[in-house]
Amino acid sequence: MKENPYRPFPAKITSLTPETDLEFTLTVEAAAEMTPGQFFQVSLPKIGEAPLSISAFGPDWIQFTVRAVGRLTNSLQDLRKGENLFIRGPYGVGFPLNVLQDSNLVIVAGGSGTAPVRPLIRKALDGDLPLRSLRVIAGFKNRESILFSGEVEEWRKRGDVLVTIDKPQEGWDGPVGLVTEHIRKLALPDPRDVQFVVVGPPVMMKFAAAEVRLLGVPEENIWVSFERLMSCGLGKCGHCKIDSAYICLDGPVLNFTKASRLID
Amino acid sequence: MASFSFSREGFSSVLEALGGRYALWGPKRLKGKGRFFGTDLVTCAPLESFDSLELGEKSSVSPKDIVFPPDETLFYFTGDRFSEPPLEDERETIVFLRPCDINGFRRLDAMFLENGGTADPYYRRRREKLHFFMIECRESFENCFCVSMGSNVTDNYAAAFRFGEDSVEAEVKDPKFTEFFAPGNPSSFAPEFVKENMKRVTVPAVEEMPPELFVSPLWDEYDSRCIACGRCNTSCVTCTCFSSLDLFYSDSRSCGERRRVWDGCHLDGFTDMAGGHSFRKKKGERMRFKTFHKIYDFRKRFGYDMCVGCGRCDDVCPEYISFSECINRVSEALKGGEAQ
Repeated sequence: MKENPYRPFPAKITSLTPETDLEFTLTVEAAAEMTPGQFFQVSLPKIGEAPLSISAFGPDWIQFTVRAVGRLTNSLQDLRKGENLFIRGPYGVGFPLNVLQDSNLVIVAGGSGTAPVRPLIRKALDGDLPLRSLRVIAGFKNRESILFSGEVEEWRKRGDVLVTIDKPQEGWDGPVGLVTEHIRKLALPDPRDVQFVVVGPPVMMKFAAAEVRLLGVPEENIWVSFERLMSCGLGKCGHCKIDSAYICLDGPVLNFTKASRLID
Repeated sequence: MASFSFSREGFSSVLEALGGRYALWGPKRLKGKGRFFGTDLVTCAPLESFDSLELGEKSSVSPKDIVFPPDETLFYFTGDRFSEPPLEDERETIVFLRPCDINGFRRLDAMFLENGGTADPYYRRRREKLHFFMIECRESFENCFCVSMGSNVTDNYAAAFRFGEDSVEAEVKDPKFTEFFAPGNPSSFAPEFVKENMKRVTVPAVEEMPPELFVSPLWDEYDSRCIACGRCNTSCVTCTCFSSLDLFYSDSRSCGERRRVWDGCHLDGFTDMAGGHSFRKKKGERMRFKTFHKIYDFRKRFGYDMCVGCGRCDDVCPEYISFSECINRVSEALKGGEAQ
């Protein structure tokens, strides 16, 4: 076949960094045009293929941050530097940089939802995405589950970044409580002039978005990212369809006006 | 376009000549292969001769596996090398279909060739080889509701046929086949289409389904009746969902395959994500998801309904769930504003 969109290309692993007990970040050599929020179909021949969002990228490298909880992700853990990962993409619609540019942006991330927003935060802090202001609220279950902890420290030095854990824990003197509690405390001079990005587990996004709405932020200023099972990334396999939307084509990043009306 | 008339023997010879150049497929009776002891299975399969074409009974399996096999290898892996399997049969293929199934192929094309702007190469290489020979359908089978779905009529065929007791009438549209039919007597035959089914459905004419209908009690009944066997999905000519599956050979772990296998929204595991999260755990939710896809949200994306009203889902459901009845219930619920 001359053109086969299912055929992945090999991407050499340049590093494998543990993040937590369960999560790790793979860096691979690959050059492609992409937008924060997009994803790749990542596979290991004979093991399987799964959609993974981009957790950082440069001109000739891509990172994926993975939680070892499935057939593929468990096997990814055993890879070594120099071995190949097989990838195809990028797929889907990422964050709307043209809308977010020059806005007052608040990014709310929960747990592994920090991975897809990380390239957006990096872009903003590096000045590649000019903003009027940036605030980040990142929530994790506990100290041990904080992702990118070293990098997050850097973010805190450079911007208004709040890292919270669900419950008080010994040795933690930072903010405590669910992200919703911290959203509630945000002082927004003009809620209509703020863009929100909310990414995390489905329940977290639901309640966080509801909390954001209570602040007076219009639905159209809220952006979420959906995670679904996918076998193709091309709008064929049907796994990620909700109503007439295919998350692989119309998402994963969706405006809340659309996302809030999608019923699984 | 030209029409011809044949004796049954005469048509047999035409088919034999066609079989010399083309692969021939159509509804066929497989003796003893039915679901129950002593019953037959009527399915779309390779035909040896005119005699093997089953015309008296509706096939309970759709013809979609010609272009979308239940299990298809995408790649063979040898170490880090990928290779795509060649087609099993390189010949062009003639397939005998009824109008509903021809309309079903339009839906398959929409998903595999159009959706997302990428053409699926595995589907395309099979689809390009197909020629539709339409079996005229003037009378409805049990559970058919093609008239309500507007898929009783089509002009998308290379040739159309009326199979009588003593004769076969043919209308040949694609000139590449005319030479094969030249031995017949000229005729004025033009195919007719079924105008009425015993089953009728009213497709809900809404642009946006009210959110109440998604959680309506009308779905509760299916929680207990549906057993998630997925027969409605596998028998449906327009169900296109699949999962990808990698495997390695037990005697050589460095070699293996990536396959795609049919999947369906009624089956357990269809929405399972790594880590344990899943959507639509209840069977009623799956019934709602399928129903809305077939008669509502596909239309929002493509402009026409996905269901073609072949009624196979009703034919094969072991729990006697009627999809046509379900469509009518949705319409009733919308009309009454009460989802019962």
